[in-house]
Amino acid sequence: MVSASPNGPASPRGQTLLLDGITQRYGTSLAVNEVTLDIRGGELVALLGPSGCGKTTLLRIIAGFLAQTKGHVMVGGKSVDGLPPNRRSVGIVFQNYALFPHMTVAENVAYGLDARGVDRATQRSEAQRMLDLVKLGHLGDRTPRQLSGGQQQRVALARALAVNPSILLLDEPFAALDKNLRLDMQIEVKRIQRLSGITTILVTHDQEEALSMADRVAVLSQGRLEQFSPPTEIYDAPDSLFVNTFVGSANLLGGVLVDSDRSAGRVRLDAGGLIETRAPKGDLQPGSRVTVCLRPEHLSVDPVGDDAETLNGVVEMGLPLGATVVHEIRVGDGTAVKVSEPRIQRTDLLAPGTPVRLAPVAPRLASVFAAA
Amino acid sequence: MAATLRDVTTYDLKLAAPLAAGFVLFFVTPLVILLALSFQTDPQGGHYGLTQYVNFLGDSFSLGVLGSTLWLGVKVTVLTLLLGYPVAWLHQRSPGWARGLIMLLVLLPLLTSVVVRTFAWVVILGRQGIVNATLSWIGLIDTPLKLLYTEGGVVVALAQVQMPLMVLPIITALSRIDPNFADASSVLGAGHWRTFRKVILPLSLPGIVAGCLLTYAAAITAFITQSLIGGGQMLFMPMYIYQQASTLQNWPFAAAISIVFLVSVLVVVSIFNALGRLSRGYANA
Repeated sequence: MVSASPNGPASPRGQTLLLDGITQRYGTSLAVNEVTLDIRGGELVALLGPSGCGKTTLLRIIAGFLAQTKGHVMVGGKSVDGLPPNRRSVGIVFQNYALFPHMTVAENVAYGLDARGVDRATQRSEAQRMLDLVKLGHLGDRTPRQLSGGQQQRVALARALAVNPSILLLDEPFAALDKNLRLDMQIEVKRIQRLSGITTILVTHDQEEALSMADRVAVLSQGRLEQFSPPTEIYDAPDSLFVNTFVGSANLLGGVLVDSDRSAGRVRLDAGGLIETRAPKGDLQPGSRVTVCLRPEHLSVDPVGDDAETLNGVVEMGLPLGATVVHEIRVGDGTAVKVSEPRIQRTDLLAPGTPVRLAPVAPRLASVFAAA
Repeated sequence: MAATLRDVTTYDLKLAAPLAAGFVLFFVTPLVILLALSFQTDPQGGHYGLTQYVNFLGDSFSLGVLGSTLWLGVKVTVLTLLLGYPVAWLHQRSPGWARGLIMLLVLLPLLTSVVVRTFAWVVILGRQGIVNATLSWIGLIDTPLKLLYTEGGVVVALAQVQMPLMVLPIITALSRIDPNFADASSVLGAGHWRTFRKVILPLSLPGIVAGCLLTYAAAITAFITQSLIGGGQMLFMPMYIYQQASTLQNWPFAAAISIVFLVSVLVVVSIFNALGRLSRGYANA
């Protein structure tokens, strides 16, 4: 996983973006509920969540297509609430790129400059410069339809950047690309974003994309902000059960909280065994029902021992997945638990039916949340 | 595979046969007869030649009728476009229930008989009609305006009658335009007018061309509306043909001017079609 430093240098060109208590109401339903995001200049922030979580609504509010019911949008410390989209200095790359089909590639890129009254010669040279930046300098005379998906996306990026916007919005920009091309384009977009130092919001439902590209990830669910943290923190220290299960995969085990302090907790699992966890989220008293989240790579499969305080189970199936081996283990309370181990450590698959003991590879990896 | 394809083709042709037969019998044959008739030099029959065409093309009155008919079509088409495009635009921009209402209003003229619609215009435009009554009640006029039996009246009535033919293709064209185009244009700094002029209008051209084509063809051949609203003083090609054939029994001349009219319309239609092909170049992206 490529994770950029959350405290990376903010570019002098990048404008800060503050979403201050944004609420969007459609009739009686809340599409966005009190979302506050303080985004640094030059930062690349991913809005991550399943469809209907409000991420696209937020994007449309930032762009000015929608006027939020409540809250403020501040760019570079100034409110842009009353401004229409054409006066917000925002660039957007749409999911389908939305390149104007009746114009050439160069005309598409120059469109924003033309709208700003820039003279023809400057339009042409600027469009050429932007196309060179996205490595399509030789295709200016083509029409968008004559380009491949990846090329169209580069043109869309060049068009958005040509007007030198304060904020760049990327709306699921890689969704339409096939997998190999997607990775290339993600690296390319990240390169250009770093180069231009523009504050960028990436809207996506693809967690890998969000984790790999963003400096910080804002996870949204049902219009609420679940967590806003650097990618590694989102993965390792999720704030909520939703984040834990939405990002990466997780085994959920029921249990009872034995005791906890600020740094750690202990949970007796229904399936057997006492497990040392991270500090529980929320105000949980000893004795409360909790859900423990263990990622597949947090566990190892060991031979059954004599110790009674362990999580025991029976192997259901083993799958060799290239670099890792995944075993599915049926534990005491009937839950199927996935365990992923490096194949260097485990060369043989365990036969179905083998009784095993599951142990965390290190203490305090598991997250604990109030039982749903 | 090839055999299957051929089977499919023969099957299709058989299915189309009844329609094709009807087409040949009731369209192609009369057209051929019409063409043959137009070369008769005399209503009583006998010799064949170009006399009728020479008569028509050498007669400034006849050419005037042709010219004013084609020109009438242009005026109606322009008026219909100017009034229809905003309606199509409004339809595109409206919420669901309003769309249904607009569509109903657009289609309403098609649901009424053309004779009824035209007589409604007679009532509206007449000396004691709604327009004159309203204007004199407001006090803008003392004596009634002459609206009926004027070309302006014909143009307005035809524009209303042909409106669906203009609005429907434009609605279709507008609905095919990705809404992201307008959004993209606007974030790039374009105001509403520039977005319309540079993006929406060019991309809706195929609909405009189709609408103009239908409206034009319908307007210049609209016998009933032209005659009832235009009255006796104005003569357009359909009435001219009718007079020659029915009143004067000069079938060869009626046939000849029909052919001339047909060819003129075909020329205009081909021009529109060429425009349509050009504009289709950048729609349907």
